[in-house]
Amino acid sequence: MMRVEYGKVREFARAIKDANPAYAGDGALAPPTFLMTIAHWIEGGMGGTRSLKLDYRRLLHGEQEFEYLKPIRPGDVLTARGRTKDVFEKEGKRGGKMLFVITETEFTNQRGEVAAYSRSTLIQTEGAVQG
Amino acid sequence: MARFFQDVNEGDELPPVVVENLSRTDLVRYAGASGDFNPIHHDEEFAHMAGQPSVFGHGMLTAAFVGRCVTDFVGPENLRRFKVRFATRVWPGDTIVSMGKVTRMYDADGERRIDGEVQAVNQKGDVAVSGSFTAALPSRG
Repeated sequence: MMRVEYGKVREFARAIKDANPAYAGDGALAPPTFLMTIAHWIEGGMGGTRSLKLDYRRLLHGEQEFEYLKPIRPGDVLTARGRTKDVFEKEGKRGGKMLFVITETEFTNQRGEVAAYSRSTLIQTEGAVQG
Repeated sequence: MARFFQDVNEGDELPPVVVENLSRTDLVRYAGASGDFNPIHHDEEFAHMAGQPSVFGHGMLTAAFVGRCVTDFVGPENLRRFKVRFATRVWPGDTIVSMGKVTRMYDADGERRIDGEVQAVNQKGDVAVSGSFTAALPSRG
């Protein structure tokens, strides 16, 4: 479980250079990609990928999708339930195998409502990541 | 600042959002704010060892710039879905322009919705992020 903190929302809004007043003051909203931050801090937020022992030096974030069902605001207490939806290998265009990992994380708020889904496609390349 | 459904047309362009001269400090600030401390985004030595010419930007930071282009147009509270695909990397010194357009307008789940396509390009015109969104807009009358 994690409580969404106002200071963290402000810090995030500043880091993404977004001065939208909706992310400040009473009734502030969390910016749409703030869910990624929550995923880094919350237990279960990384879709169970920690057990896969992925190598950061060879890891690409291929795709990311968010689905928003309820607003997320400072003070909300979120619970994340992550799962690895799929793991598969593909031949890369430049040779070498690529490992695809598809994860889905469901975020539930303190009222028991599903607030959002986050779906990630991670790709681990065989050699060094190409620029 | 959200628009009414009636004020939007298919093909409408989202006003571009420009982020000039992305700095290493911007990357470090995003690392701290997001909790994403993959060293490839802040540790030059680590980046070189991984075969990269320098550190490069978090894909999710560029995605956030694209997200701002979308939420400036639809209002953050109205966003229902946001998807991004990461293409070319973003490097310190790059200027990133996020843009998009409305592709579809329809009713679903009792809401008046719009779909759109978005992308972020660097100063050379290379696509860094492409994606799509769905939003529910308030209706007049």
